[in-house]
Order: sequence, then structure tokens, then C-alpha cells
Amino acid sequence: MMGTAILTNLPALLVVVPLLLAPFSAVLPIAGLAWVLALVGTGISFLAALMLQSVTENGVRISYHLGNWEPPWGIEFVVDSASSLTLVVMSGLGFLATLAARRLVAIEIADKDSGKFYAAWLLVVGGLFGLVMTADAFNLFVFLEISALASVILIGMGAGTDRRALVAGYHYLVIGAVGATFYVIGVGFIYAITGTLNMGDMASRLPDAAGGAALYVGFGFMVAGMLVKAAIFPVHIWLPAAYGYAPSAVSTLLAAIATKAALYVLARIFFTIFAGTPEIVDIALSNIIVPLAVGGIFVGTIMAIYEADIKKMFAHSSVAQIGYIALGLALATPAGISAGFIHIGNHALIKGGIFMAIGGFVAALGTRASLETITGIGRRMPITATAFLICGLSLAGLPLTAGFISKLYLVRAILETNSYVILALVLISSALSVVYLWKVMEVMWMQPAPARSPKLVENPAIYLPLWMVALGNIWFGIDAGWIVGAARLAATALLGGGA
Amino acid sequence: MIEQLAGSWNYIIVVILMMTGLFIVIARANLVKKMIGLSIFQTSVFIFYISLGKMANGTAPILDGNPDTLYSNPLPHVLILTAIVVGVATTALGLALILRINEAFGSVEEDEIIAAKASQSLARPQRPTSEAAE
Repeated sequence: MMGTAILTNLPALLVVVPLLLAPFSAVLPIAGLAWVLALVGTGISFLAALMLQSVTENGVRISYHLGNWEPPWGIEFVVDSASSLTLVVMSGLGFLATLAARRLVAIEIADKDSGKFYAAWLLVVGGLFGLVMTADAFNLFVFLEISALASVILIGMGAGTDRRALVAGYHYLVIGAVGATFYVIGVGFIYAITGTLNMGDMASRLPDAAGGAALYVGFGFMVAGMLVKAAIFPVHIWLPAAYGYAPSAVSTLLAAIATKAALYVLARIFFTIFAGTPEIVDIALSNIIVPLAVGGIFVGTIMAIYEADIKKMFAHSSVAQIGYIALGLALATPAGISAGFIHIGNHALIKGGIFMAIGGFVAALGTRASLETITGIGRRMPITATAFLICGLSLAGLPLTAGFISKLYLVRAILETNSYVILALVLISSALSVVYLWKVMEVMWMQPAPARSPKLVENPAIYLPLWMVALGNIWFGIDAGWIVGAARLAATALLGGGA
Repeated sequence: MIEQLAGSWNYIIVVILMMTGLFIVIARANLVKKMIGLSIFQTSVFIFYISLGKMANGTAPILDGNPDTLYSNPLPHVLILTAIVVGVATTALGLALILRINEAFGSVEEDEIIAAKASQSLARPQRPTSEAAE
């Protein structure tokens, strides 16, 4: 009885559990207990997401009515193959990031703030899950802001070690709020045309509604708003500073899961809400999103090459990787979208691992990680540095790593559409990404550490979760069957009028 | 022409407010003024939604038994109630951050903060240091 009640309410629990645990965490005076709460919250979410994924594996679509209100009036949560894959990736990496957070937070955040830190952490996670599941266009805005405001708090907490975190947080707040408001304007227009906020209803009413200019304006505002949140070039400018100055644990969490949710929502705007008006979606994708994605790939990669601060370097690289995901989704073919989903998963593994390793370096060094300070660290911290190397190779797309699978499927999807210019650009940018990775690896492994450098201690609380992620990179590089199959189902669910 | 303008009076105000707010956010270097601009920008959207729900001669949607009564659409009002709460939270968080920025950098002017960034960052922002800097 109890069991079925839990099972039928899984979609709601995924959001409710982290959100409910947050206030308890905020008032807990002991940092360790607050961490346990966060771990329990993300762990339960991970289990729930796995269960949802196993249910939706065969193309089943769960429609959950919050408070038992029928969809046009009440808010609906939809879990299909596409959202459940995104949820599994996000909750899994969220759980691992929480595991690694204990030690990183103990070093960088004052003990009295730890409870509030984990409260904001749980709010980010819960908000992002809601963002992925909700089928109500306005409810989506609320979840968007829950997670955005909580991530601003987390970024700002980096002020304990670097005051520039405050400015980075402020900029993210302002740019993010403008983006979210753009989205709300767009929803207003579409609501005016269709008279509904439910995404499925919007999709079915839009083709018949004589929208005219309002349709274009609404579509444009919704997409523009989500572009900001997904950090797609040229509205990515908040990202490098925000990830660069945030506390290490926060960089790990945000880099692994935050922009993924926004990218998923973007895909749903294109392929669910506006499924009935494919002409404007096609124009927007091929004339705007594809060039922006390619632009982001190059800008991110080139900025990363010229960056000396390691955290900011990989934040710039995130902009490029988001470009790859957006490019895959924007191809709008089943192969392209599944390539996008594969890279959503693999990039979460890659960047989660990289930022965790950087956190390990920062924790041991006690200073910011720059090309100068990590000289020769390969020999001083072999366990962390080896995991970093694996994630770095995966980022470059070396065979037998997860990154290779992403690149392989993306290239195949581009070949299918016969766009050889884009293919050439993607391959050139991949080669360029080796430049900044080589710069880091060369400094870490081939140069000797400065003389009289103190011995560095590696903490298992950081490198154990890090190695789980690193091994994940190898595992999904060798046996990619699960993610490829799930991504293919996700693409089918999304394109097949998934709502 | 004039009639048309008068008919969409609310929407003209909305666009003017929206552009004013967005301009302040982009053009002002003062962080507090940016927050003010953001609030104006968000408020314009609130007015936009409420205008959408208003029927000409419509009253509050409380059933009075008369089938001829025109009701305004209450849904946009409810949505905007939520959006206002989000807006208040955004403003509060922004102002709190500005307070901390002022403590850490001794300024709320963006150009001065960028100039300060070039110098080495503080280990931990402390009140006395920032006051001494002024």
C-alpha cells in the first residue's frame, strides 16, 4: 500500500524531497549533518530517477497530475524517455558532486554557513528536477527562478576565498533575471494566442490559432530567454566568471547539471510546444541556433586557450561543449538529437570530474589553480591528477573514453545531413581543444615542481568520488550501449509529438 | 490612428517601461540602479499579463448568477502574483549581494569594481579593510 503510494508519486517526490529537506538543512548547526541531509536528498532523487527511467524505457509516458487536478487546470509533470534520461544524468552527477562536496565545502565555506550552503544546494537540485519535468509553461519559470536564485547564493558564497565571486554572482543574477523575464514575456504571448499554459495543449492549439506576429514574438522571446539560461553564445558571458569564482563544489555541481536542464527545456520548446508550427522552428534552428552553436564552440575554445586560470579555462570550455550539445539538438534529426542527449550525459561526466579534480588541487594547494601553481602537480598529487588526465582525454574525445562516443555520434549525425561546412568546423574546433588541454597536461606532467615545494596531501573524500566519475568516463567510452539506446529513445519521444 | 493608439494604451506603456528598464540594466554602471532597472523591466511584464486578462466592462470573476455578466480572466492575475514574489526575491537577493560587494570592494560602481579586480583579491572580505580603503 505504502509502496504503491510512493511509486505512483515518484515524479512529485523527486522535486519535493530536496525542497523539503532544504529548510531543515538551513537550521542545522552541524555542517556534517547538513551534508548528510543533502546526500540523502540527492541520493533519493537518484534512485527515483533511475526507477522512472526503467519505467519509461519502453516508451511509456508518465503524466502526473499535481494535487490530482486534471491537466488543463492543474499543473502536469511529464516524464518520458527524454526527461527521464536527463533526470538520471542530473541526479547521478548531483549525487556524486554532493559526495565530493563534504571536504571541499569544509575547506572553503565557514562552518556556520554550511547549513545554509547545503540548503541552497538542495534548492538548486530540486528546482532543476522540476524544470525538467514540468509540462506547464509558467510553472517552468518558477522552477527556473528557484534554481537560479539558489545558484546565485552558492556562487556568492565563493566570497570566502575570492571576493570576485560576489560580482560574478551579481552578474549571473541580473543576466539570468532578464533571461527569465524574456521567457515570461514569450509565455504571455503564447498564452494570449492559445489560452492555455499546458505545453501539450499549446502544441495542439498553435497550428489552428491565427497567431500571426504574436506567434513569432512569443516564440522569439521564449527561445531568447532560455538561450541565456543555457549559456549559448553570445549570451554566455555570465558563465565563465560564475563557474570560475564559485566555490569548487559549486562549480562541480553547476558545470555538471545546471545548463543541461536549460538545454533540455530549449529542446522541449522547439520540439514539443512548437511541434505544430515546424516552419518557424526550422528557420530558427538552421538560421540562428546552428550558427550560434558553432560560434560558441569556437569562442569558448579560443578563450580557453588564452586563459591561465584553470577553473576559468574549463568554464570557457563548457561554453564550447554546450555549443556541441546545442548543435546536435539543432540538427533536428533523430540522430542529431540523440547525439545531443549523449553529450548531455557525457559532458556532465567529463566536466563534473574535471571540476572535482580542480577542487582537489585547490584544496591541497590553498590557492587558486593556475598554470603557474599546478606546475609539476602530476607527481605531487598522482591520484587526483591521473583522474584529471582521464577526464581531460575524454574531453578531447580520445577513443575508449565517453567523449569519443559523443564526438562519434555528433559527426555521424552531421554527415547524415550533408552539411560538410559544419563538419569541418566541428573537427577544427576539436583539434583546437587539444591545444588548451595540452597546455594544462604539459605543465602538470612534464615540468618539474618548483624546488622546496611542500608535500601535498590527497584526501580520499575528494578523490574517491572523483575516481567514480573518471571510471564512468572510461565505462561509457567502452560500453556506450545504455546511453546510446536511452538517447535514441529520448529523441523518438521528443520528435514523436512527445507531449 | 489615434483611436488605435488609445485602444492599446496599456501595451504602449508596457513597451515604454520595458525599454526603460532594460536600458537602465544595460547602460548604468551603478549596481543599485541596475536593480532598479530590473524591477521596472519586470513590472512592465506584470502590467502586460494583467492587461491580457482584462475584458472590456468585465468585473471580478465572482459568480453573481447573472448570465450576462462579463468576467475578467483571473488566471493572469494569479500568475503575476507568483511572478511578483519571484521579483521580490530577485530584488532582495540582488540588494544583499550589492551590500556584500560594497563591503568587499568599497564601491557599488561597476567600473571601480572592475578596476579593483585587477589588484589581488582579498582572502576574506572584512569590513575594516574596505572602510580603510575609502
